[in-house]
Formats: sequence, C-alpha cells, structure tokens
Amino acid sequence: MYVKQLSVFLENREGRLEEALKVLKDNGINIISLSLSDASDFGLLRLIVSDPDEARRVLKESRFSSQVSDIIAIRISHTVGSLFEVLRAITEAGINIEYMYTLSVGVEGASLALKTSDLARTDELIGGMSVHMYTQEELG
Amino acid sequence: MIWNEAKECMPREEIEELQSARLKKLVDRVYHNVEYYRRKMQEVGLEPMDIQGIQDIEKLPFTTNEDLNKAYPLGLLAVPRSEIIRIHATSGTTGKPKIGAYTRRDIDIWAEGVARCMTMAGVTRDDTVLVSYGYGLFTGGLGAHYGAEKIGAMVIPVSTGNTAKLIGMLIDFQATVIACTPSYLLHIAETLEKENKIDQIKLKCCICGAEPWTDEMRAQIEKRLHIKAYDIYGLTEMMGPGVANDCDAHAGLHIWEDHFLPEIVDPATGKHLAPGETGELVITTLTKEGLPLVRYRTHDLTSLSYEKCSCGRTMARIQRFKGRTDDMLIIKGVNVFPTQVEAALLTIDGTTPHYLMVVDRVDNQDTLEIQIEVEERFFSDEIRSLEKLADKVRSVLKTAIGLNARVKLVEPDTLEHSQGKTKHVVDKRKLYD
Repeated sequence: MYVKQLSVFLENREGRLEEALKVLKDNGINIISLSLSDASDFGLLRLIVSDPDEARRVLKESRFSSQVSDIIAIRISHTVGSLFEVLRAITEAGINIEYMYTLSVGVEGASLALKTSDLARTDELIGGMSVHMYTQEELG
Repeated sequence: MIWNEAKECMPREEIEELQSARLKKLVDRVYHNVEYYRRKMQEVGLEPMDIQGIQDIEKLPFTTNEDLNKAYPLGLLAVPRSEIIRIHATSGTTGKPKIGAYTRRDIDIWAEGVARCMTMAGVTRDDTVLVSYGYGLFTGGLGAHYGAEKIGAMVIPVSTGNTAKLIGMLIDFQATVIACTPSYLLHIAETLEKENKIDQIKLKCCICGAEPWTDEMRAQIEKRLHIKAYDIYGLTEMMGPGVANDCDAHAGLHIWEDHFLPEIVDPATGKHLAPGETGELVITTLTKEGLPLVRYRTHDLTSLSYEKCSCGRTMARIQRFKGRTDDMLIIKGVNVFPTQVEAALLTIDGTTPHYLMVVDRVDNQDTLEIQIEVEERFFSDEIRSLEKLADKVRSVLKTAIGLNARVKLVEPDTLEHSQGKTKHVVDKRKLYD
C-alpha cells in the first residue's frame, strides 16, 4: 500500500521554505508530516499533505518545482528491534533504502516513511510482516 | 633592449613600403592558391592587380570567424599540406576551433615575434624563463617556449596545473622571467606570500597575456613580486602570442607591422577610422605562408597610435583594449562563447534549460558558475538524482569548454527572463578600465 508524498525543490535562500509553506496554507492544504533534507546548495522538502495533487498544482502556479511520488508509510511498535526486523527483511531481499524519515502521526508506536529501490517488492515484504501500513485515507 | 632594430625602428615610410610590397605578394598568393579567397575577391570584382599597396587595402573583403568556420579545418591553406609542420587550435569544441597551421618559416617568424616581445621586456640569453602557459594545442606554451629559446634563454616548460611544482622550479632554478596569464601570476604571488617565500625568488619580469587585464592588476603584480610586468598580445588565428607587446613606456602594445598589418574599422560599417579613434582591430598577416589571413576581424576594440615611441620603436601601438564587439568571454585564458555553453547544456536532455553564467574573479582567479533552473523535468525526490544532474552539467561543460564550472541548481523562474530573451551572462570582473 502506497502513500503519496509531495517533494518540493528549495534553493538554499532565505525565506524559501516559508514561501512554500505559505502557498500551502493559503490554499487550505494541511501538512500531516514534513521532512527537510539539505545538500550544499539546495534543500528538498518532503511532505505528506491532505491533498497532494492539489498541493502540487498550487505550488506549480507559484513556480515551485515539485513532484508527487509513492512511498510506503509504516507504523512499528515501540519495542527493541522492531525497526531492525523491517530493515533486515528489506536488505536481505537486496533492496536499497533511498531515504527514510519519521512521520509525526499516530499516538502509539513509531511511524516512518520509506522510499526504496523496489517499492513493489518492499510493499510485498512488509505486507507479510506484522507491521501496520498506512493508507492514504488514514493519513489524510 | 631591441631584438631586431632594423625592423622594429624602421622609419614609417619604409614600413609602409615594405607592407605594400608584402601585401601585393600576399594577395597574389591567396588569389592563386586559395579558392575561398579567390571566390571572395571575384564576388566583389577584384583582381590581384587592383591591389597596388596598402592604400588599396579597403577594397579587399574582410575575413570573419564565419569564414574560418566554413573553411575548417584547412580550407584556407595556401601551401601544399606537406609544407605544414605544426597545428595549433583554440579550445572551441562546439563552435569550430580556430586553427593555426604553420610552415617551418611560419614557426620561425612566430619565434622571432615572441623574441622581439621578450627582448622588449628585458629578456636575454642569460635569463631563465619559466613558461607556465599550457603546452599543447593552445599556442601559449609552445609560442613562448620557441621565442625564449630563440633568444637563447634557459627555458623551463612547467606548463599549467601544478602551482606547488611551479613554485619549486621557480626557486630551485632561480628563474628570472615568468610567462603566464596575469590572473595566474597573482595566484602564484598569493601562494608565495602565504608560504613566506617571496624572498626566495629571483624574478625580474613577467610576460603576461592570453586574457585582458587592468592597470590595477599590473600594479599589484609589480608591487607584490617586485618585478616589471609586460603585456603580450596574440591570437591563434594570427599565430599565437607575440603579435604585439608593451615596452617600458607602457603606452600601448607595439605590433610587428612588418608581419601584421593592423587597421581600425568601425565595427558597424567596416569603414576605416582615423588614427586614435576606437574601433575594431582588423589584422592582415603579411608573411604567413600556411594560413594567411586577409583583413581578419579580431572583434577586439581598441585604437592605434603611430607616433614614434620613447623606447625608439616606430612600430604602431595598439592602445588599451576597450572590450569586444562580440559576446566572447575569456575565462582563465580560455575563449568561451555563451553559445558553446548553450549547445552543451542542450545535450543534457534535448532542451536547453534556463541558465545563467556568472563569471567572477575571486582571489585573482577567474571563476565560472553555471546556475541551472530546476524545472520539473529535472526534478526528483532523491537528492542523489539532483546531485547527478549537477555532475552531468559539470561534465558536459568540461568537455565543451574545457573549464571546471561550479554548478548551482536554482528554483524555476529565478533567473532573469525578459520578453523571451534571457540574459545568459553576468561578468562581475572588471577587465576593461
């Protein structure tokens, strides 16, 4: 099960993050979770939002480069080794983790967003484990 | 000191007589040996006998970059190919490179030109000359090398790229003369200062060229290295460095008029301008055998002064360059046209991205930054892919123009676009004062 993630290209320049978030706010888009990665000259904003396609449209209107892509969002229990189990299964299948970040959703357990080199296979693998996979509706 | 007093100090009348005689011969030679020139002359109804001397030069058609492109690589050759003993070329890879094709005599005359220039700067057979222009297709290295050897100096062909090694040779061999670009020499000065080695060098002068430089840079070089700085001018199309050089009077660059006939024309109309007026420098090679050029438009803006110089030379002086008539940039001594950059970027995915070249001079070294707008087609949710894009841009530019550029990814629409015409170059350097 996949969840839609919105990524936005940000130049490392004062006020750009604020500007992007303003576009979302002005268009009534709720941010469910957010992660910011930075390279030397630019940043990448990854978001789970209430309406990713609409968010992309309004960002595009404001001349931001953005993209909607699939990721897998999971919830694991707060027990020792639970993340390790998931990662081991993925690694043993020869799949690379492209990136991963925590999601600020849910009250119990820990929630994570995952992008791997083979999302379909990852989906299958995790589906066979006792790990909760979020649907878009659950997050939205 | 004067290398060839008989020529360099010729009275004006004799210079003009010699030029007229050589021009007649040249026109005859290209008319009969080079189809391209013959057709160009026939198109305007010219026969060799119409040119009786330099007073008739305006009748001859110009030779332009476009002509060189069309005739690439050896379409303008005026001798059998077997007479050519060496080729040089400019860096242009997307546009056609400009070619130097030399007969043995051409190489001798080139060395003579450089020897005159270096002697003007005080170089003698007792000197040790460190050449830090690039050796290879670029004319700088071998040009300076042959000239210094002709004088009989000891030449150290360090070439470019390794400042630490260069400084080692400078000190170990107690070099007295250095030939390199002025910006690189300032970089060397800085390194010597940082390493507290200024006292260990024995330089007396430098022969700098291949890029425009200001009086301020000259003053800095002279002060920081305690040397005298001289400006050398040349173009690959003409032969390379050694076409002109400035003397101790620093009142312009003496051009070797017995081999190169200079004119100043209005860049728009092509008509002659009066001595002292600023226009485009046009040069005719009077003695070149391999690839003679008739009224070649250099795109360099300057004026000429014909007064006898306090150094004793009578050869005309090219005054300070005021800029270019085209959009060519000289970055780290490399000629770069924005169109080359554009063509290179086109290879990334078939459409030219919005881009801006930012040229600057940081710590006396030229820098080139290419800003690329990250349009959606380039965008990815993975940082790795974006960095790959930047690497790709770097590598296609390196291949196309031979320079390492810093690549900066910027957001869409952040670069200036106006009415479909985008500004592609920002040059922050102050090259012409």
